[in-house]
Amino acid sequence: MMNRLITLTPPLTDEIVLGLRAGDRVRISGVIYTARDAAHRRLVEALKRGEPPPFDLRGAILYYVGPTPPRPGQVIGSAGPTTAERMDPYTPYLHSLGLKATIGKGKRGPEVKEALQQHKAVYLAAIGGAAAYLMKAIKEARVIAYDDLGTESIRRLVVEDFPAFVINDCHGGDYYQEGIRAYAKSGMT
Amino acid sequence: MRSIPYHEIATQAERLCKEANFFLNPDLARALDDALRTEPSPLGVEVLRTLQENARLAAAEQIPLCQDTGLALFFVDLGEDVRVEGGSLYDAIQEGARKGYQEGYLRNSVVSDPLKRTPGKDNTPAIIHVTLVPGDRIHLHMKVVSAGCENKSRMTILRPADGIEGVKAFILTVVKEAGPGACPPFTVGVGIGGDFEVAPLLAKRALLRLIGRRHLDPEVAALELSLLGEINALGIGPVGLGGATTAFDVFIETAPCHIASLPVAVNLACHSSRHREVEI
Repeated sequence: MMNRLITLTPPLTDEIVLGLRAGDRVRISGVIYTARDAAHRRLVEALKRGEPPPFDLRGAILYYVGPTPPRPGQVIGSAGPTTAERMDPYTPYLHSLGLKATIGKGKRGPEVKEALQQHKAVYLAAIGGAAAYLMKAIKEARVIAYDDLGTESIRRLVVEDFPAFVINDCHGGDYYQEGIRAYAKSGMT
Repeated sequence: MRSIPYHEIATQAERLCKEANFFLNPDLARALDDALRTEPSPLGVEVLRTLQENARLAAAEQIPLCQDTGLALFFVDLGEDVRVEGGSLYDAIQEGARKGYQEGYLRNSVVSDPLKRTPGKDNTPAIIHVTLVPGDRIHLHMKVVSAGCENKSRMTILRPADGIEGVKAFILTVVKEAGPGACPPFTVGVGIGGDFEVAPLLAKRALLRLIGRRHLDPEVAALELSLLGEINALGIGPVGLGGATTAFDVFIETAPCHIASLPVAVNLACHSSRHREVEI
């Protein structure tokens, strides 16, 4: 099985997302944003009250991460992906406002997979637990909202060649299913 | 009676918190090497190599292997002939955990109230389980409890009639449902027997065993190996991208139980199962 290597530079367009397929390996360079559990709740509540988002959602990539505190001289601490399914209740709404990609780990629910097809968006996974490795791809980090949430605040990151895999594309492809099917013995999936 | 100073326990607890988070244990490093020789999936190989590089970077720069530096859990085997001098055992461990997480730049992952979700001031309280044992020593075993795999751990009480087949089916279901998000290749800790709280404690404690060490009872050891084979046939692979390495090992601990019950608990640890021990 060949897995293509594709460079992504946000903001992403419909055209870029349409070209991505489950199983592609991607390298992301440019600005991405972070949010996890508590920030999602607060962000979606604010948006539904009609308040402007703390960053432009259109074409954006959102990384589910709660980094460790940086040591003096570090840009950010260890920063690997957190489990994505906890954000499922908020993700379709954010895609409806133009969010183009999320980065996490683990499976997404049917409501998210449908939203990816409807709004032309994509779900990426970074390697869970490779947090010291992934922090090296983060060149700048700045808290832009919800400072009081600590590790859960929203950060603007500048990344260079940040590695991830396309898990769910906007055509219904699901790499977790494909990958497991390829290696399962005796139909145990 | 032997006196052990409060500050000695606190200092050791602090050190264990930092080292568990910075250094991949040698048995897991070997398990990664072994898996690289047998993993047929190219993406699986890429993931395993990345995990090796991650461990190298974390050790070299003393940064956490994973951003989820977890809750701090301590299993304490406390010798009956030990007296802690200058404070309590509990306070010493809490102080060590607090300092270890603060000074090691480890993440605070505690909410002080589970319903209000109020962030805690630091990463305490540590969870502490004390067992009284003969002797005049204290054995501390610190384990990082990170949420990705902990959230996918499960407990059930089967019917005695369900037997070994029922136990195996439950364990396989837990691993399948955990899937990619819980960061395989796993170490699978299993507790069989006891009661509603004993089985999960057995499962948690099973995770402290070194990779490759079998249970002393040959029947339990055979069950561990047969489950390991079946788990690796699931195809989940390194971080779930497909492959033949879904678990590094399966550790089972058993205990007597009620004539009417067959408790089974499965506690998963991720590919970088983090734990460190010391004897004082």
